[in-house]
Amino acid sequence: MFGKLTLDAIPFHDPIIMGAGAGVMLGGLALAALVTRLGRWRWLWTEYITSVDHKKIGIMYIVLALVMLLRGFADAVMMRTHQMIAVGENTGYLPPEHYDQVFTAHGVIMIFFVAMPFVAGLTNLIVPLQIGARDVAYPFLNSLSFWLTASGAALVNVSLVVGEFAKTGWAAYPPLSGIAYSPDVGVDYYIWSLQIAGLGSLLTGVNFFVTILRMRAPGMKLMEMPIFTWSALCTNVLIIAAFPILTVTLALLGMDRYLDAHFFTNDLGGSQMMYVNLFWAWGHPEVYILILPAFGIFSEVTATFSEKRLFGYRFMVWALVGITVLSFVVWLHHFFTMGAGANVNAFFGISTMFIAIPTGVKVFNWLFTMYRGRLHFTPPLLWTIGFIVTFAIGGMTGVLLAMPGADFVLHNSLFLVAHFHNVIIGGALFGYLAGLNYWFPKAFGFTLDERLGKASFWCWLVGFYIAFMPLYALGLMGMTRRLNHIADPAWQPWLIAASVGTAIIGLGVVLTVVQLVVSIRNRAQRLDLTGDPWNGRTLEWSMASPPPFYNFARIPEVYGIDSWNASKARGEQISPPADYADIHMPRNTAVGFVISGFLTAFGFAMVWHIWWLAIAGALGAVASFVWRAFDRDVDYMVPAAEVRRIEEAHLVRAGGEAR
Amino acid sequence: MHDDTPTARTAHDSQASHGSVGSYTLGFALSALLTVAAFALVMRPVLSRELTLAAIVILAVVQIVVQMYYFLHLDRRSERWNFISLYFTILIVAILVGGSLWIMSHLAHDVMGMGIEG
Repeated sequence: MFGKLTLDAIPFHDPIIMGAGAGVMLGGLALAALVTRLGRWRWLWTEYITSVDHKKIGIMYIVLALVMLLRGFADAVMMRTHQMIAVGENTGYLPPEHYDQVFTAHGVIMIFFVAMPFVAGLTNLIVPLQIGARDVAYPFLNSLSFWLTASGAALVNVSLVVGEFAKTGWAAYPPLSGIAYSPDVGVDYYIWSLQIAGLGSLLTGVNFFVTILRMRAPGMKLMEMPIFTWSALCTNVLIIAAFPILTVTLALLGMDRYLDAHFFTNDLGGSQMMYVNLFWAWGHPEVYILILPAFGIFSEVTATFSEKRLFGYRFMVWALVGITVLSFVVWLHHFFTMGAGANVNAFFGISTMFIAIPTGVKVFNWLFTMYRGRLHFTPPLLWTIGFIVTFAIGGMTGVLLAMPGADFVLHNSLFLVAHFHNVIIGGALFGYLAGLNYWFPKAFGFTLDERLGKASFWCWLVGFYIAFMPLYALGLMGMTRRLNHIADPAWQPWLIAASVGTAIIGLGVVLTVVQLVVSIRNRAQRLDLTGDPWNGRTLEWSMASPPPFYNFARIPEVYGIDSWNASKARGEQISPPADYADIHMPRNTAVGFVISGFLTAFGFAMVWHIWWLAIAGALGAVASFVWRAFDRDVDYMVPAAEVRRIEEAHLVRAGGEAR
Repeated sequence: MHDDTPTARTAHDSQASHGSVGSYTLGFALSALLTVAAFALVMRPVLSRELTLAAIVILAVVQIVVQMYYFLHLDRRSERWNFISLYFTILIVAILVGGSLWIMSHLAHDVMGMGIEG
């Protein structure tokens, strides 16, 4: 009836897991009680859960990313404190089978359920506004994509309490991840959560690719798109081209585990090295999927807060396109040590160094944009400047690792761990937090507290250096990654320093949360009635904050880069249109939520071999999709009178003249 | 339909064909035939191992073309962006397949060779 699932799957004997599980449950209950007391269930259902509005979906993505960031960060704290004390006689407080799950979960969560939702969230929130569109090309698919991502995240979180997560590291290499060496359910949770969330990512990629190519406002040529939209276009091309590789690779691994296939086993003709090859053929483009949107955010922030047009827009675009193509020819640098010959390693080493060139071009573009600009040192700009310095260091250690000879010494050492945190935290995450501070007022109509934002930034920046510079040193001293016990006491001082740094980052995380809470509580004083608090340059600042659900009462005409800035210079922004027209909008739907519910049940059932539930979940998902395909009542018209009412209310609030 | 709808603009602006029941059926029949042919070549071998592998690859590529023509409606009337996407896809597939073959053959040469000799 319940497959492999028994009560033994719940680790009652482990106080850490039980405590965390109880905490999550109590938190969930408290949240549910709060929603009930405020009488907000219906609001939650109609305004968010069933919404196909790209702005609402974007907000839900970002909430998911922030919540999962807390979980991933808790894993990081456990690893750092454990390694700090597990030296010599002391065995630390995490037994190996738990510690191995912690570092695997940390990697999986941070990449798939923090970074990816953050990227999708900011893309959702801003891209349609920047290109003058009323929604994305496929609003229902967009809702489905979000709920698929949430479904994958839910499965990862369930694995905390019911059963276990993978103990293989986030790349899940066979033979360790094969059924012979990982007979438990951990790797199955890994496979199904990533397959479901990966489907969501792929659909997002298709959706935004079409949206950006097809739904730009009249007059907006490709070479006049805002740079964040360009970065989103390149990112979504990468998603479309790269994610199917991961899907196929994990499907083959799943067939090895479920159907006794031998794609990645040593016997019967399989090759575990093919898994490594395929995993990184996806994995390297993936790191650019994470970083390109951050590059776009930094470009927008730099131009806005320098009060200057972005320096070298064309170079920036070609650098983005160049990185998009080059990111597919460097993947072997993740496994120089696997045993390919000198020719192969030399080719991929050199191609890796090549990709640093367009990236370097961008750094100079940002610097030249700031040069002689009128800088406003707001939190988004601080994140940007912190990024430029930190990312340059991470880039240099990356070029160092691109040399196969050096990599043979540093492979899988803490030097590598320090390098990729250097570029993912100092590059991608700083970018997302800059974006959060920059676009928050657009989403909610009030700005975030600047003092707390700056305090949070300094904690993150200082904490980052104290936490990760020691790891470079440890890597050079020979410490490998993922150690459960430290043999050499000489490493301990560095590990203690790293823990101190983690504590400072922790303060930054807390301050980010406090910044959100304080800003929401004081929102009455922080209101932005103009919709353009930063004197922005691109179209998303041309409307009220939060934007009306249809975004644009009239689709704007665009004549060049930074078109909102040009409109303001011509004094056009306050004149309301002479007349309003009916607006055609998509209807809300619960089908995305329902399909993801079925697929969550399906994934859980596959993990535990509960075949009847797996069949029911799969059938339910397909049936819901077919039902939706035959639904003709998917759209409606907003009458012109209502558009007029909403627009005139905004003009009155913004102090403009309403007719 | 209303012309200003988000979805309508994407789906109906292009002049490309959207197929008919007949063309979909033909595409499906051809795809099924090509799949059965590949399956049969393995289950009832008539060719040598090498020729069978080559035949499967050829049948797969032919099926890709069939599906692109009948299901994705890629033909000479398709617009520029569809072709740019197609060329980019071919480039990526070529890099991935060629690169993987190169890497894996090197591994076989270096690692397996060392194992046998030493």
